[in-house]
Amino acid sequence: MSLSTETTKYLNNLCRKFRIDLIQMLHKAQTGHPGGSLSATEIITTLYFEKMKVFPENPESPERDRFILSKGHAAPMLYLALAEKGFFQKEELKSFRQLDSILQGHPCVKGTPGIDLSTGPLGLGVSAAAGMAIGNKLKNINSYVYVIMGDGELQEGIVWEAAMSASKFKLNNLIAILDNNGVQLDGTVEDIMPMLDITKKWEAFGWNVINIDGHDVDQISEAIDSAKQSIDKPTIIIAKTIKGKGVSFMEGKNIWHGKPINNEEYEKAMAQLEEDEK
Amino acid sequence: MKKAIRDAYGETLVKLGATNKNIVVLDADVSSSTKSGLFGAEYPERFFNVGVAEANMAGMAAGLASCGLIPFINTFAAFMVLRAADPIRTLGCYGGANIKIAGAYAGLSDSYDGATHHSIDDISFMRALPGMTVISVADAIEAEKAVEAAVEIQGPVYLRLSRAEHPYIYDKNYKFELGKGVVLREGNDITLIATGYMVSKTLEAADSLENQGISAKVVNIHTIKPIDRELIIKCAKETGLLVTIEEHSIYGGLGSAVTEVVCSSCPVPVEVIGIDDTFAESGDYEKLLHKYGLSSEAITNRIMTFVNKFNAAR
Repeated sequence: MSLSTETTKYLNNLCRKFRIDLIQMLHKAQTGHPGGSLSATEIITTLYFEKMKVFPENPESPERDRFILSKGHAAPMLYLALAEKGFFQKEELKSFRQLDSILQGHPCVKGTPGIDLSTGPLGLGVSAAAGMAIGNKLKNINSYVYVIMGDGELQEGIVWEAAMSASKFKLNNLIAILDNNGVQLDGTVEDIMPMLDITKKWEAFGWNVINIDGHDVDQISEAIDSAKQSIDKPTIIIAKTIKGKGVSFMEGKNIWHGKPINNEEYEKAMAQLEEDEK
Repeated sequence: MKKAIRDAYGETLVKLGATNKNIVVLDADVSSSTKSGLFGAEYPERFFNVGVAEANMAGMAAGLASCGLIPFINTFAAFMVLRAADPIRTLGCYGGANIKIAGAYAGLSDSYDGATHHSIDDISFMRALPGMTVISVADAIEAEKAVEAAVEIQGPVYLRLSRAEHPYIYDKNYKFELGKGVVLREGNDITLIATGYMVSKTLEAADSLENQGISAKVVNIHTIKPIDRELIIKCAKETGLLVTIEEHSIYGGLGSAVTEVVCSSCPVPVEVIGIDDTFAESGDYEKLLHKYGLSSEAITNRIMTFVNKFNAAR
């Protein structure tokens, strides 16, 4: 079912707001990862504000859909979504990456309401997600497990170990979304370690594969609806995205994987994002 | 009377699985070796063979644990530590996942397969992880009790399990207390602190020492973390000399744990007996233990040398 015009507008407005909040948060912190947060904005926003069943007042409800940010460095965008959703006070965002904060550099399941798995070392998320999907089946819980991966992350061997298992155990309640932004820390994925035909790779591992534009909330929503129709296969939604999306001088640039934002860059980014908001 | 630790382990899983439906078992293609396959045969719907993919096994276990299940993961200790280290640290310990990590064929017990399959660094790694409980069992009864205890503990537990048959030390009435060492033999001159299969060897060594006029107290430390500080300090005060004996590298294992305790609280000489800074080799298990200094005879000789050195100095 396609989104209503109002819903599409609502989600896009949230994404604009989150991009502004993200730049402010990372500029203040002088640490954190802007590039991969900006590329995942629409994916995270559509999941939390349209598709997922979550309970901010009871974050650990067994009935919840689970969300795993396997590319844990995009934590700032996830924190913005969780705060907006009411999992914790927005005030907490100011303490990101600082001592005594509930908001660690990478997601931490113990300290932060709404986080379902500690991530950071790449590749672990999809493996744990497969375990959760089996766990839900054993417990007769009809919820979904969502996991966002990066494309550089696909270079980790454990991703493919997990891909085999998810297929073998017929985890149709597992929906992976690939933030396919084409850029990793050291350069483009093409230069560092080409992943060649990702669609064929996942199909060969027994997954249902859907290709979309990862900045189009309607396409994201429809892809998830389609994934839920899978009878006995896990699904990966390969979402073409742009690293640093929304801030022109960050777009497609690997240096913006994890660089602090200086004052000049901050002003320039904010001017662009505020212009977009009008 | 002897029994293989792995048989006791597999049978206990089956026994517990009958009543505790939250127990699930994963193996990485060695279930006939680890004996986790016994559980798989009985409860196929709660058994997951993930193929030769140890890291993914540990990652999936963390996911299962987050759904309220109690996963036991199984492979050789050597591969558990080296291949599954990241998910064990990040998801098990940092994430506090309720996973039970069974390291099979620990020490030199997979003797003929050679140094690649020996595990002499597992205690060292597991002990360094915040939040990890580390248990090393001395006989089949203790294996059974330790598995039962592991189910009750909330959080990650490492169970160090041997492939080999071990003589019985305990009977069915043995009460396993997590974190509590067990005095198996009283003595006044020296305390011998051992773990795993080395407990049997050390009891034999204590008999030999008695024949040579040395009265040795023998302690089984089955819980290496958290370690029984109180008992170790008491032994140090009472006997003045300590020896630790383990089927593990001399670096980072039981010997290190014991010296960490006595150094700050009751400094006494400690002789650490284990595998020196070397890889072992293929061969018959008992002969291998002897060559690398872990037969009862080799242990006795080391202890005699140690005792004589300090007696001469007194």
